[in-house]
Amino acid sequence: MTMRALILSLALAAVALPAAAVQPDEVLADPALEERARELSKGLRCLVCRNESIDESNAELARDLRILVRERLVAGDSDEEVIRYLVDRYGEFVLLKPTLTGSNLVLWIAGPAMLLLAGGIAAIYLRSRRRAEEPDVDSLSDEERRRLDEILAD
Amino acid sequence: MLIELGHFALILAFALSLVQSVVPLVGAHKGWRGWMAVAEPTANGQLILTGFSFAALTWAFVTSDFSVRLVVTNSHTLKPMIYKISGVWGNHEGSLLLWVLILTLFGACAVWFGQNLPPRFKARVLAVQAMVSAAFFGFILFTSNPFERMALPPFDGQDLNPLLQDPGLAFHPPFLYLGYVGLSMAFSFAVAALIEGRVDAAWARWVRPWTLAAWVFLTIGIALGSWWAYYELGWGGFWFWDPVENASFMPWLISAALLHSAIVVEKREALKSWTILLAIMAFGFSLIGAFIVRSGVLTSVHAFANDPERGTYILAITGIFVGGALTLFTLRASQMQAKGVFGLVSRESALVANNVLLAVSCFVVFIGTIWPLVAEMFWDRKLSVGPPFFDAAFTPFMVVLSILLPIGAVMPWKRGSIAKAMRPLRGALVLAFAGLALAWAMQSGNSALGPVGTALAVWLVAGAASELWLRAGNRWPRLWRLPRADWGKAVAHAGLGITVFGISALTAWQAEDIRVAQIGEPFDVAGYTIRLDSVDRVEGPNYLSTMATMTVLRDGREVAVLHPEKRVYPVAQMPTTEAAIDNGITRDVYLVIGDRQDDGGWAVRTYIKPFANWIWLGCIVMSLGGFLSLTDRRYRVAVGARRAPAMAAPAE
Repeated sequence: MTMRALILSLALAAVALPAAAVQPDEVLADPALEERARELSKGLRCLVCRNESIDESNAELARDLRILVRERLVAGDSDEEVIRYLVDRYGEFVLLKPTLTGSNLVLWIAGPAMLLLAGGIAAIYLRSRRRAEEPDVDSLSDEERRRLDEILAD
Repeated sequence: MLIELGHFALILAFALSLVQSVVPLVGAHKGWRGWMAVAEPTANGQLILTGFSFAALTWAFVTSDFSVRLVVTNSHTLKPMIYKISGVWGNHEGSLLLWVLILTLFGACAVWFGQNLPPRFKARVLAVQAMVSAAFFGFILFTSNPFERMALPPFDGQDLNPLLQDPGLAFHPPFLYLGYVGLSMAFSFAVAALIEGRVDAAWARWVRPWTLAAWVFLTIGIALGSWWAYYELGWGGFWFWDPVENASFMPWLISAALLHSAIVVEKREALKSWTILLAIMAFGFSLIGAFIVRSGVLTSVHAFANDPERGTYILAITGIFVGGALTLFTLRASQMQAKGVFGLVSRESALVANNVLLAVSCFVVFIGTIWPLVAEMFWDRKLSVGPPFFDAAFTPFMVVLSILLPIGAVMPWKRGSIAKAMRPLRGALVLAFAGLALAWAMQSGNSALGPVGTALAVWLVAGAASELWLRAGNRWPRLWRLPRADWGKAVAHAGLGITVFGISALTAWQAEDIRVAQIGEPFDVAGYTIRLDSVDRVEGPNYLSTMATMTVLRDGREVAVLHPEKRVYPVAQMPTTEAAIDNGITRDVYLVIGDRQDDGGWAVRTYIKPFANWIWLGCIVMSLGGFLSLTDRRYRVAVGARRAPAMAAPAE
């Protein structure tokens, strides 16, 4: 072994590599259960990461949560029960999709409500435009008219 | 010495920007031509001084001058040259310097290309632009000096974050900033028009190319960021609805709305006050974006700094500029009278619908982005708003927009009928349904996403083609003589269709495989055979790599040999995953190597990603459309006629 290879292998050993997202050893034997686990994982936040789901994250905690989700599924929990279990332990911070409860209703309704409001205003505006009097079209000043002719003549 | 000169140049530029924010404004108010003319040399001077300052910092990075703190914390002698240069803006202070450089560049461009503007209006535009740059010069000089020296220069630097050492990300910030900051021009034009109390077709024609340029740069910047995430983060995601991504997406949506509403002002002299409001909001969202990225209030993967002082300063800038402009707006909005009259079914109405959909979808993104903050502040609820929310709340807007777009694009001005507008689109409609049926028949599952996305994409692309064909009067030779603005519009709309297809195909039909692969034992994924040939340790310029050699086969024939890697950057103490991708037109084969297992095998993840590249291809096509439109004769005429004002001096 050359000196350089030795240093290289030592350096590689020294830096702890993170576990990449979903590891082969986590995958459940039952494809249907595994599919449910993946779907659930995509909606659960890796608590120590920045805005990543546990399905995507490389963090140790995400791995623990992925294994936990699979354990609950194997134990026979329904999807809702798994989620309730996690929310009880970690709070609603763990959910990437906010629940439709309490103040969160504002978040969910904000978009459609704004669409109705904007649509209403737009409708009123469009109606007013249809009824408006056509104003004097030739409203350019002499100065502007001359300038326009110059530009168009180029 | 050069570093101190760079710092000094920045201070001089700050002084010039202060002069330029006041003198031309007074001149314009009093009608003093000499005072108005001050803005031109000062705008050029700001650019030259800031350019020098930026060059000085770049020089420090290139020569690895470790007496400068910023170089120590973001560079390393072993780093490849391109990343030494991109390291200049790979941090808070340097990126802010790039931001002001682009601000002054746009200010100077307004001088160079604005020969055609009335002097009084131009003086006001440049003054407002200088106020924006003064605010950011102040920010950088008082809170984030990039030229700070080290008392004891270390032997070597601490290296740049390895995730940022990548060609896609090296050029992501400059394009994004060209977009963000380009919107400051729309803002300056809007505020100048409010001061003037006058918005007309000419105003819309002046402001539109700046907005278009900013939108093109934003599109490229966002696409580069998304492409980088796709190949660098190791599982092939391309959009995460991360606060910082949303920060760039919101100005994109608003500037797209502004582009369209400015057309109504230009052609029909309607929607004036709304267009002014959009111009203010577009830059407002750029500033909010800067706040989100730099304050660290919303945690995100790419927040630069977690510094409340800086956050407060940007929030103050945002408040002053947006608040000031909106106050001016409420004072002056009533003076902007609409002239055009049009029916309920018309191009004008279609563009209003476009604006409603884009603005409300932007609102949805905004409220989703800040909701965790709001919920914690008012109800003490600590919660997350992630991709499942945005997918559900945002997508419907884009679906409706895509359905309406081709119809609106062929609708005549003033008054039209849906039946007449649909006539040239019959072919596109038939093709769209054919696409739906084909996708439905070909896919294995029964998800609606793939077929619906395909149908919308075909509808958009075929609709754009039908529109061109209609404008050309159904004759080939005329097609090539159409104005570039018509081509630009059709190309940009078709680009949206391509992106829609890429996103829905990738999301609906991706295949994934996770397993422990033994060296030399092939396995099958979605019609491809993958073989892990070997895993080697390799040394890069500033990293160590575990590099696999993998062969991809289809029907026994070799398709590609790929080298996915795991890298460790010893200086930054950080590992990265480098996926290996075989890019194709109909699919990407995406391989990731993981850890070595106890039995001697390796964790391997394989993705077959159908039509992935179409997402970014569509973005390129959209930008190309914008660029085509920018080169249209109308804008060239406006610039080309620059010698005229000398003769036609307004009687002011």
